[in-house]
Amino acid sequence: MKEYRFIGKPTPRKDALDIVTGRTKFINDLTIPNMLYGKVLRSPLPHALIKSIDTAEAMRLPGVKAVHTYKDVPDWMGGLPLHVRVLDNKVRYVGDAVALIAAETEDIGEDALRLIKVEYEPLPAVYDVEEAMQPGAPQLYEQFPGNILPQGIPAFGPHSLQEVVIGDVEKGREEADFIVEGTYAYENIPNPLPPESPGVIAAWEGTDTLTVWSASQGPHMIKVSLQRRMGSINLHSIGNPVGASYGSKYMSWQYVLPAAALAKATGRPVKFCYGRSEHLAAFTVRLGSRIHGKVGMKKNGDVTFLSGDWLVNTGAFSETSQAMVAVGCGEAQLMLRCPNWSLKPKVVCTNRTASGQIRGFGGQELKCALLPLLTMAMEKAGIDPVDFFKRNYVKPGDGYYWRDGNWWVCRGTDYTKAIEQGAGTFGWKDKWKGWLKPTSVKGVKQRGVGVGVHGNADVGEDVSEAYVRLDPNGTATIYSGLAEHGTGQRSNICKMVAEILQLPLDRVSVTPNDSRVNPYEMGPVGSRGTYAIGSAVIAAAEDAKRQLFELIAPKFKVKAEDLETEDGMVYVKGKAGTKIPWIKAMGYDRTVMGRGRFEPDFALPNFMMIFTEVEVDTETGKVDLIRVVGATDVGQIIDPPGITNQLNGCLGSAGIDTALFEETVIDTRLGRIMNPNMIDYKWRTFSELPEMEHVILETPFPSHRFHAVGVGEIATAPGPSAVLMAVSNAIGVRIHDYPLTPDKVLSALGKITTAKRRAK
Amino acid sequence: MTPTHENPSHPTLTLTVNGKTHSFLLGEGSHEVPPSHTLAQTLRERLGLTGTKISCDHGACGCCTVLMDGKAVLSCMLLTVECEGKEITTIEGLGNPVTGAIDPLQQSFIDHTAFQCGFCTPGIIMSAKALLNENPSSTRDEVKEALSGNFCRCITHYHVLDAVMAAAQKGGK
Ligand code: FES
Ligand code: FES
Repeated sequence: MKEYRFIGKPTPRKDALDIVTGRTKFINDLTIPNMLYGKVLRSPLPHALIKSIDTAEAMRLPGVKAVHTYKDVPDWMGGLPLHVRVLDNKVRYVGDAVALIAAETEDIGEDALRLIKVEYEPLPAVYDVEEAMQPGAPQLYEQFPGNILPQGIPAFGPHSLQEVVIGDVEKGREEADFIVEGTYAYENIPNPLPPESPGVIAAWEGTDTLTVWSASQGPHMIKVSLQRRMGSINLHSIGNPVGASYGSKYMSWQYVLPAAALAKATGRPVKFCYGRSEHLAAFTVRLGSRIHGKVGMKKNGDVTFLSGDWLVNTGAFSETSQAMVAVGCGEAQLMLRCPNWSLKPKVVCTNRTASGQIRGFGGQELKCALLPLLTMAMEKAGIDPVDFFKRNYVKPGDGYYWRDGNWWVCRGTDYTKAIEQGAGTFGWKDKWKGWLKPTSVKGVKQRGVGVGVHGNADVGEDVSEAYVRLDPNGTATIYSGLAEHGTGQRSNICKMVAEILQLPLDRVSVTPNDSRVNPYEMGPVGSRGTYAIGSAVIAAAEDAKRQLFELIAPKFKVKAEDLETEDGMVYVKGKAGTKIPWIKAMGYDRTVMGRGRFEPDFALPNFMMIFTEVEVDTETGKVDLIRVVGATDVGQIIDPPGITNQLNGCLGSAGIDTALFEETVIDTRLGRIMNPNMIDYKWRTFSELPEMEHVILETPFPSHRFHAVGVGEIATAPGPSAVLMAVSNAIGVRIHDYPLTPDKVLSALGKITTAKRRAK
Repeated sequence: MTPTHENPSHPTLTLTVNGKTHSFLLGEGSHEVPPSHTLAQTLRERLGLTGTKISCDHGACGCCTVLMDGKAVLSCMLLTVECEGKEITTIEGLGNPVTGAIDPLQQSFIDHTAFQCGFCTPGIIMSAKALLNENPSSTRDEVKEALSGNFCRCITHYHVLDAVMAAAQKGGK
């Protein structure tokens, strides 16, 4: 393998010093002179019409500068398709926005909320995805009969993927040796729960220019997607360091539009940061996912068909659920070689807080419901799941329909080696005793193992643009709208440029995240940072280097291709003895600007397999996660500590632990979330860490000059179904009701009887 | 007479933060510290020490951890009026005030990339600092226990443990 100076070497993050000294300014650490604070009055009812709303008293409170209700708020819309007003005369979930307030302090704003008098006409509410589709069910939106949202997403093109229909399911049925069928669901709607709640500051200059500071994972997309919705304004988007997002804080009109409305009404900057309970109770959670499905399999483990209805509960509105359905449908095909498909999704609204994008983006939600069905078939065929996945995971030359509705043929890597090495490191052969067989039994402690898989071809999704500017003093500046949300990607693109230009790392920097400065950037989502964003940055650096050499070549009387540069000096290849600094070659009065652009490419799926070992206490029903081994092949590691951090992330942010204890609990009598705080919403602590190990192979990938591909986004997705399998094997009984809390384990063991929990 | 919280009618409050003594007037006026304010609010909003983060605002996550007389406390759970006469150290106050050099524990976090988004990091560093002050040669299990009240959603725990252990092995130096 090629030895690099920076790539593949651990280097300190560029933002490390600011982070460890507390100097990093997250959105809520910023204050703008003359700034007001925005607050939102939220509905106590899951479904109601606002009969009257009286804001006079709130308006009279000293320090209150503006109050908006549905009567006077600008008519800006969000949702996919656009269907959600900033404020409406109807509320659709407990926590829905009823009124907005801008006040001199947060305390005054909170006090003023209590002075608004609202009279509601309650309407019946519906929470279950299938009940919502029944005739006579409460209707959330007039334009969506049966609460079913239209499919498709314009951003994915005219043929965006809406289902998987391939081959002939009837034929598959005839060829099958076994057919299994059932209903499985992943509906505990966990919260990704970044430590920093969503937040924004909005300030107008005149009536046509809006500046937005936000903790967004894709700040440039706030500009691109939201400025059109506010008339033809110019939105100038500034991205702050993101106190994590895990996908959830992206375009986020839910808070940008209210802040912009209040800033417009008051003529002053307005900051609006969600409080923690507000974040947990009224911001986005994962999709609810339920499948009524059938799978046919041959004795040798070949899948002959897969058919089913995939019912997606998006809550009170769709942030981007149809896009997640499209990507989920693509990802199912990456996992499964099957000639005959009929997987039909429906996206349905219900009266709970909305679902939105979270890492795993539809694929995790689909897979968590689909795998229990597939494993039933594997059990019937007596197939080892590792062998099954090895056989089925997409290989170079295999095709699939991706989100744009086009048929793509994989030209990536064969992940067989990663699977085998992962299994070896985990000790799968020794620990796997067959379906529903524990690995070991010691008194009341029974252990079991399980495995899950995931992959995504979105590593090459969408467009990225970047510039690289060379200055005569031997420095390079990357112009990129890439947000730092924890992966270290802003540092990684510096490493790429430093490598290409052979500059010390401290001479390469990235511009502030400002849409007035930087070109188009979709953002680091879907693991696209390494390949898509990396490719644009690499192209820009190469372009800059070429221009530099063309400028200098005449001075040396050689061709541009004969030149080389190192540490800000240029020399003729093979004659490193005679070097001149860039400034001498360029002059002090010149800069060189290289440009790069990446065009979408869906032919390079990434891959992640997760092996888990659990221990179940059959007396208490408690499940302990003992060991996790991740296996992947990333072509080339860019930053070793960066990638292990990202892969360790498989536990949190609505990942593996959604199989064990994470859930958003809704009281369906009142429509309220019962655990909107960090005591009742459970999360893993330092004292309960499983052993964690990763097998990361580096088989050069046909991506860009560093042969790398990103994998971070998918770290969470294979875990939950792997845990389900492990617990079932440990206790010898199939169990599939996420999360596997002690009561469910004990009832599966027949030790207690519990009423089945209502679906959400 | 020294104002104390046993004497609530007294209008001032004295706090030492990162070696600097501050006197606040108590009250609801715009330049006063309201009695309802938490230490976290006072640090962030009055003193501009935004390195102390508020996440749960509820005593659950440890993001707001600061040192009070050398011990780790949750600044979102303390009213500022309860802190009369206390010595507070925040993340901004670690390191050597004369040379400006960062604390070896902070350096160890850099060396081990013991953060991802970094939002939880100040709180984790302060909790770990309190532990190492008390027991410079803590074991890995003791570190886990001491940090069990610190939330990290990115799951940087493993790198954090390595960073704290590396600092502990150097006796916190
Ligand atoms: S913010 Fe203080 S413990 Fe969470
Ligand atoms: S580094 Fe993001 S929460 Fe800890």
